[in-house]
Amino acid sequence: MNSGSCSSLMEVGYDDHHHHHGHEELHVLAVDDNLIDRKLVEKLLKISSCKVTTAENAIRALEYLGLGDQDQHIDALTNNDLKVNLIITDYCMPGMTGFELLKKVKESSNLKEVPVVIMSSENIPTRINKCLASGAQMFMQKPLKLSDVEKLKCHLMNCRS
Amino acid sequence: MELVQMQKSLQDYTKSLFLDNLKVEESVLGVIQKLEFMGVLDSQFLQLQQLQDESNPHFVSQVVTLFFQDSDRILNDLSLSLDQQVVDFKKVYPHVHQLKGSSSSIGAQRVKNACVVFRSFCEQQNVEGCHRCLQQVKKEYYLVKNRLETLFKLEQQIVASGGMIPAMELGF
Repeated sequence: MNSGSCSSLMEVGYDDHHHHHGHEELHVLAVDDNLIDRKLVEKLLKISSCKVTTAENAIRALEYLGLGDQDQHIDALTNNDLKVNLIITDYCMPGMTGFELLKKVKESSNLKEVPVVIMSSENIPTRINKCLASGAQMFMQKPLKLSDVEKLKCHLMNCRS
Repeated sequence: MELVQMQKSLQDYTKSLFLDNLKVEESVLGVIQKLEFMGVLDSQFLQLQQLQDESNPHFVSQVVTLFFQDSDRILNDLSLSLDQQVVDFKKVYPHVHQLKGSSSSIGAQRVKNACVVFRSFCEQQNVEGCHRCLQQVKKEYYLVKNRLETLFKLEQQIVASGGMIPAMELGF
């Protein structure tokens, strides 16, 4: 299966400061209210060697990230398995939108460094600019293709090292 | 039927799902009628096929089956919502949006395009327009459902005969 040239970037572990990054898998939290889109983004990310957790709405996503209701607090930060390296979210969702989720993440002292990617089927410049201005890493047009995810991974890997 | 013939049939059938109908009509066409000049599927379906391999050989049919289940439910809800004395567009619109999204994600382009038209009638709160759109969406949906079910049957026949599904070759 073609996982793109980025998989070779994963194996290069050493940087100038001799910190060994090892074979780290990106852990992605994918948020989308559409079942088919969730399945698709999950498969696209898994094929690109990411660990994937999906959420069907922004509230569930916030709970998973430890920003939800106090009663359902999951400490996503001390448990290494749960540490999220990237959030990819649909823009149009009932209840809280992806844009509102983006803002909550960026307002959090713990999570503001986590890159957030917004997906949308609508190509609306004001929407795109609004998201980028509020700290979104990227805006991606739906439906997603394999090449979109490969580009995203390369972009993120370059940012990390 | 010989394996080679079945494989050729599958290829021809699959191609036909993507190709536009090139017949030219003299009369002025409405937006909805233009749908008949585009393929039932677009290149997004090919993207789905690229995600399928030996480790998950049924990915496409699994996602498509989910699409059918989800869409059956949505179309049912839409029929009920539009049959009300007073149509609640706040209910109708999200259903149409959802169907537009999922049909787009699997490459069912005629369903998606029919939903785009449906959505604008929703925005205009045009009940009669919405009724007509629902009929069109249903028509396109049953068409793509029928075609995909046939496609999967052809594939199953080939696999059952011990053959391989031939790779799609299209100039997308």
